[in-house]
Order: sequence, then C-alpha cells, then structure tokens
Amino acid sequence: MPKNVPMVKVYILGEGFDVPEGSTIIGALEYAGFQLTVGVGCREGFCGACATLYREKGDYKLQAGLACQTVVTDGMNIAQIPFVPAEKPIYDINKVDPDIEAFKTLYPTLFRCVGCNTCTKICPQDIEVMDYVQALIRGDVARAADLSFDCIRCGLCALRCPAEIVQYNAAILARRLTGKYLLPKSPDLEARVKEIAEGLYNNELEKLTTSNTETIKKRYYDREIKTG
Amino acid sequence: MYPEYMRKSIRKVEKTRPERLKLARSGKAIFPMMSAEERQEVLDKFHPDYKKDARKKVRIGPNKGDNITTEVVDQLEAYSRIKPDYFDLKNPDYETDVLVIGAGSAGFSASLLAAENGADVLLVTKLRIGDSNSMMAQGGIQASVRPDDNPVLHYLDVMGGGHFDNIPELVKALVAEAPDAIHWLQDLGVMFDRNEDGTMLTKPGGGTCRPRMHSARDYTGAAICRTIRDEVLNRPDKIKILEHQPAVELIKDENGNVAGAVLYHLENRNYYTVKAKAIIIATGGFGRLHVKGFETTNHYGATADGLVVAYRAGAKLLYMDSVQYHPTGAVYPPQILGFLCTEKLRGLGAQPVNKNGELFVHPLEPRDIEASAFIRECTERDLGIQTPGGQVGIWLDSPLIEKLSGPGTIKKNLPAMLRQFERFDVDITQDPILVYPTLHYQNGGIEINDHCETNVNGLFVAGEAAGGIHGRNRLMGNSQLDLIVFGRRAGIYAAEYAKKAKTGKLTLSHITEYDQEVKKIGIDRKHISPMVLPDYTPASVKERQYTTEYQGTLR
Ligand SMILES: Cc1cc2nc3c(=O)[nH]c(=O)nc-3n(C[C@@H](O)[C@@H](O)[C@H](O)COP(=O)(O)OP(=O)(O)OC[C@H]3O[C@@H](n4cnc5c(N)ncnc54)[C@H](O)[C@@H]3O)c2cc1C
Ligand code: SF4
Ligand code: SF4
Ligand code: FES
Repeated sequence: MPKNVPMVKVYILGEGFDVPEGSTIIGALEYAGFQLTVGVGCREGFCGACATLYREKGDYKLQAGLACQTVVTDGMNIAQIPFVPAEKPIYDINKVDPDIEAFKTLYPTLFRCVGCNTCTKICPQDIEVMDYVQALIRGDVARAADLSFDCIRCGLCALRCPAEIVQYNAAILARRLTGKYLLPKSPDLEARVKEIAEGLYNNELEKLTTSNTETIKKRYYDREIKTG
Repeated sequence: MYPEYMRKSIRKVEKTRPERLKLARSGKAIFPMMSAEERQEVLDKFHPDYKKDARKKVRIGPNKGDNITTEVVDQLEAYSRIKPDYFDLKNPDYETDVLVIGAGSAGFSASLLAAENGADVLLVTKLRIGDSNSMMAQGGIQASVRPDDNPVLHYLDVMGGGHFDNIPELVKALVAEAPDAIHWLQDLGVMFDRNEDGTMLTKPGGGTCRPRMHSARDYTGAAICRTIRDEVLNRPDKIKILEHQPAVELIKDENGNVAGAVLYHLENRNYYTVKAKAIIIATGGFGRLHVKGFETTNHYGATADGLVVAYRAGAKLLYMDSVQYHPTGAVYPPQILGFLCTEKLRGLGAQPVNKNGELFVHPLEPRDIEASAFIRECTERDLGIQTPGGQVGIWLDSPLIEKLSGPGTIKKNLPAMLRQFERFDVDITQDPILVYPTLHYQNGGIEINDHCETNVNGLFVAGEAAGGIHGRNRLMGNSQLDLIVFGRRAGIYAAEYAKKAKTGKLTLSHITEYDQEVKKIGIDRKHISPMVLPDYTPASVKERQYTTEYQGTLR
C-alpha cells in the first residue's frame, strides 16, 4: 500500500475502523486486524468463498458482493457470509439423462421460481441466473449450462431466492450433463486414447526415458514448432 | 482508469500496434526466440532464483546440506505447532483407510480413485472444499490430442521446459496418460472447448511445439475442479469430508510408516487426530510464502504445509531451490496486484511491449525466461512503467487479440480476464494491461516415484506438492494435467497399499526428535510451522494484539 493514502471509515460488526481508500473488503478486514479463517479462498474472484453483504452510507439497500473484489466506500457497513447451507442431491451421473426429467426429480424446487429476478440482480459474476433457471424449467439443459458457465458458487443467489432454490447446484448438474452428453465427441481424442492404449508410443517413450540428456537436448532443440 | 502519464505511454503502444499487427498476421515469428546461451544469460542475471540470498543451506532433516529457497528453509527449520504429549493416540477421533489432505483437483481425483479401488476415504482440507489453486487455473490443460501432435513431442517439451532436470519416469506417465485424463474429465462432464466439428479447440502455450492447450473458456481450472468436486460430493458413502481443518502434523507408527495426522480446526480451535493406513498429501504449493517479497497468484492457503509435515516425517524434497514466477501478474490497478493474467492472452496474440511500445521478447518463451526478460526490461534497461504505488511493469498489448481474431474474441475466450479488469474500470479489449512477474508455482516438492510413493512408507503425494515431474520449471497446462494423472495414480496405489497395510502403535516421537534438532541449531521458540495462514495484519495493529506471547501467524 503506498504511503499517505486517504482513509475511509468502514463498519465491521458494527464498529468503525479507518482503512485505506481503495481497499477491497478483504483488505479492509485485514487492515483492521481481523484474521480471516473462513470466508476467504482464492482472493482473485474464482472460488466464491467470500460472499459478503453490505450497506452503503445513506442507502437502505442491502447489497452483496465478493469481498476480494469489492472496493470499500466511506461509511460502508460490512458482514461476511462464510457459508450458505444448501441442498445437494446425490446422483450417479451415468444414470441421469440430460433432460427436464433430471431436474424434476433432483431439483423440484426449480419449478417454484416466481421470476422475481433477485438472483440475477445479486450475482457478482453478472450471470443471468433467472434465465438459466428458466432454461432448466424448459428442459433446455445446454442453454442453462452455457448461461451458468461463469458461476463460482458463492451462494448469494440461493441466499436471497424467495423460492428457496439452489440455483448453483442445479447449474453444475446442467453443465456436467452438457459436457458429458450434449457436446459433440472429439474423434481425435477417441483415436489418440485408443492409440496409446494399444501401445503405439510405448517404444519411443521408453527410448526417451532411457536416453541421456544430450540426446534429449538435441531432439528438443531440433523439433519443429507449429503455432497454428 | 489509467492516469494521464500512463496514457501517454499507451499512446506509444497504440502507435506501434499496426506494425506489430502486420507482423503477427504475416505468420512469421514476431520476435526471435532466444538461443540456449541467451536464455542462460537472462536467467543468470535476472531470475529471482539466482539472486545471492535466494537460497540457503537447510541444516536439519532429510535434505540437510541442500540449498533450498530461503523462505522454505525458514519453514523447515522451525518447531512444531503441537506438543506431542498432549495427544491420546490410542483413541483417534477418526479412522480411515486413506486420508487425503487437501481438496484441490489433485485431492479430488485421488479421493475418487481411492474410493473406486475399495478404500474408505477421509478428505480433510484447510479452506472450504475446492477453494484452491486448482479452481483458479484459467489457461488450460495440456494433452497431445491433435493428429499432428503426439506424446513424444509432449515429452520433449516437458523436458525442455524443465531444463532437462525432470524425472523421466514421471514425465512418461504424464504425457502417456494425458489424453486419457482429458477423456476421463469429459466423461465426468467437463465442458471442454470444442470446434464446430467436435474436435478439441487447442491453443499454443509457452514452450510447447504444438497447440496442445485444452481449455474451458478461461475457467479451465474451475470447470475441472468443480466437476470432480461434485463427483466427490456424490459419494458420501465412501468419501467423508472435513473442511477448515488443516493437517498440522503427520502421525507415524512404531515401524516408521505414516499412520495418520493431527488436524487443527480453524474455527473451534480444537485439535483432532486421524488414524489412517495410507496418506495422500495434496496440499498444493507455497505462493503465500511471498518468496523474495513477490506478490502471488496463489490462494490464501498456499503456505507449504504439506511439505513441512512430510519433511518432519522424513520425506525427501526435490528441487526446492526453484520457484516459478509467472511473467504476467497484474500490477495495476492496485486492488489486483499480483493477480494472474493468463498465458492464454499471449497464446491468443497479446504481445509484451515496453513503455515505448517496443517488442523486446518472444511472447511464448518458457515462463522463467519470459519473466526474466520482463525483469531485465524493467531494471537494467529501465524501460518499464511505474505505477503510483511504486511498482513497475511492462504492457501486455491485449487489444491485439481482437484485431487478430475479430471483435468479441476476448469476451468469448477470456471472460474471467475481461470481468476481472472491468471490475476496476479497465477495458482490456481497448487498453493494454500493465504486468510484472508474480510468484506462481512451486516447481519442486516432495520426491515421488511414478506410483506417487515417497521414501516414507504409506506416504503418497500428488499435485503441486510433488516434485520431479516438471523439473525446475513447469510449462503452462502441465500442472492441471499432473493433478489428474498423478492424483488418480495416488488414489489407486494408496488404496492398494491400504489393503495390505498393518498399522502398528501410533506415535509422534518424530516430532519430539525434530524439535530437538531445531533447538540444537539455536532457533527461537517463536518460529513454528506449518504456517497454515499468511499474516496480513499491519504492524501497528499487531502491536495492540500482543498478549504475553505471540507465536507464528495464527493467533
Ligand atoms: C491463478 C492460477 C492460475 C493457474 N493456471 C494454470 C493453468 O492454466 N494451467 C495449469 O496447468 N496450471 C495452472 N496453475 C497451476 C495450478 O494448476 C496448480 O497450482 C494446481 O492447481 C495445484 O493443485 P493441487 O491440487 O496440487 O493444489 P491446490 O489446488 O492448491 O489445492 C490444495 C488444497 O490443499 C488444501 N490445504 C493446504 N494446506 C493444507 C493442510 N495443511 N491441511 C489440509 N488441507 C490443506 C487447500 O485448502 C486446498 O484445498 C495455476 C495456478 C494459479 C494459482
Ligand atoms: S449464479 Fe449464484 S452462486 Fe453462481 S456466482 Fe452467481 S450468485 Fe454466485
Ligand atoms: S430469485 Fe429465485 S424465484 Fe426469483 S427469479 Fe431467481 S430463482 Fe426465480
Ligand atoms: S476469495 Fe475466492 S472469490 Fe473471493
């Protein structure tokens, strides 16, 4: 942190602390002397561990964001949500078909969606959460997978959903079904796996593992490089 | 968002852009690759590992006398967190066949395969399940799948990238099982990027001779990690999970085999004991040790715990003198200092240029070479740009990507990157990004063979905590691959071992003995390890937190 940064006041557990302007919420908590044990993970916006609720000065609205990605403002009142308890049904992916039936059985709550759009408004990843829920209700699994792709499972949508839907768990099922059943299979991949299983490269790999460094070096520097 | 003085430099970048674009379109190399001699020179002079105080001799334990990264030595030459006498090892809190420590992709694939091979698994982790480096990988995972590629070429690339120090049998396993690893992941439901005809979309990465990088947009690690996490969660009958309970010591038995671990619950501050027939360490790396004061891309829990506890239990380390700095860590805006700007940016055509907009290195040299060249540009040549916070960096000209492959390419292929910068008002489709090397990966680790076994009976390792696979420098995409290949192997072989293992009486005497060694070399009692969590409390605040004694970083 550079010197002489202006400070702002934030309220943590109701108590005011002066922290450097421009801090993220995590930075502010640490600057104030809190050592985080839960409610933190990647610190880069990828894991969704740091869901946080806050209110800004003079605003009645309860807002939410990722503590590692949200910059504090003067007068901000902060409360971390370390964990959102959520339902996760157990299934065998090999026995689930990629269609609406899967969701009717495993996530019946989806069909209670009232279309209030609260989930979309709160999502820190700007995902069209309601739209993917609606896609699931229509049985459009691939669309739901695509729309929910950037979900990091912060749990905020489920936390605020009036219909108690666990959007993000339903979404992972949609993506898994899409990856496994709906996207085209790669012929190259299938062929290469087969070649290797048949031992096509065994001899040469064996030779390489027993060659001396000079031989390997020569082959390395001689290899043709293709970038496209 | 960029202040005016930076804008001035950006205008220079914009001025040279058309010429650089022409070059890139021509298909010719946009900058010559360095020769072997040039590479060595830039490494020797500028890579942080080669600095005078970067390494020191470790005085105790299995690697006694070896030169190891200084910050790691400080973790190894420290007292245990626990007092062995306090534990009643006759009545462990948990018992299992296989104990997996760490819940990233290595821990998950190990758990799945151990369970599939008949073992009951206990998976313990420091953070929330899945919150790990594995989740953060953006760029990709390597596997030689294209017809013009093959495992032999992959093998050569891995060796060259690792400065030919890699353990051959490990490299062989890595490249030979790569396509099957992708196949396995796809079968579990990972949505890898595919072309319209169904073939896999592949991109080049630093140091690869073929485009071999498979991706799932720029959430590759997340796509993989969350899929296998979901699969782990679907097997509650075989895999039990404990979160926020890092392992802080291993337990051995009277015969010298590992036989369990001591866990520390971060919330209720209880210690718990586990008895296990086999143990798999999958605790990842050490970015949060902030070696040489570098910022890091790593998650909050990357503090080398696995290395420390395994070392105390007698496991040997390999290549712990080598640290990977990712060339492109963000240096501006300050909120994202150290964050990773994926190598995929360069794979898609972004070029590194100095403050005058000049190219000074091929964009896809192996990482340590690329990073060293950036450091040279910012130090010796003084052609970097300084931020208001005092950091220096060079430009990564990201708008080129859209010029090369059309508007929308960034949104489609790099949504995470785009979002990351947008949050702080930088539009990477229009403006370049300011970058500098950031501490990224632990090249070395605990020594293993191709069954993931260590020199300690019953102790297996997978993922970043393992050493030897990548030699002294890992290439992009090979870590995501090794998590799966060696994660699965560790699971299989640990389950097999557990079936036959006969555990003797449990003991922590190795801790007592190690502590005595630490005392002998005169270390202050305040130094305890593993670190568990890094310490970001400002000194002024800490002064108010002292009770009578303040030990380590965990209060
Ligand atoms: C930002 C970023 C981007 C990357 N991009 C790529 C890429 O594109 N391609 C690629 O190949 N590689 C990439 N990597 C490298 C990455 O793949 C590896 O770091 C890898 O994910 C490590 O996996 P792991 O399972 O070994 O460890 P991690 O995924 O880090 O998991 C470690 C786990 O162990 C737990 N843990 C730690 N200490 C303890 C303890 N004492 N007790 C219990 N649990 C503990 C942690 O909580 C965590 O769950 C990237 C890394 C980072 C940080
Ligand atoms: S969809 Fe829900 S869980 Fe996923 S990122 Fe958005 S708010 Fe978080
Ligand atoms: S918050 Fe719940 S009810 Fe409202 S739109 Fe979203 S899913 Fe539907
Ligand atoms: S800590 Fe992972 S998203 Fe904030």
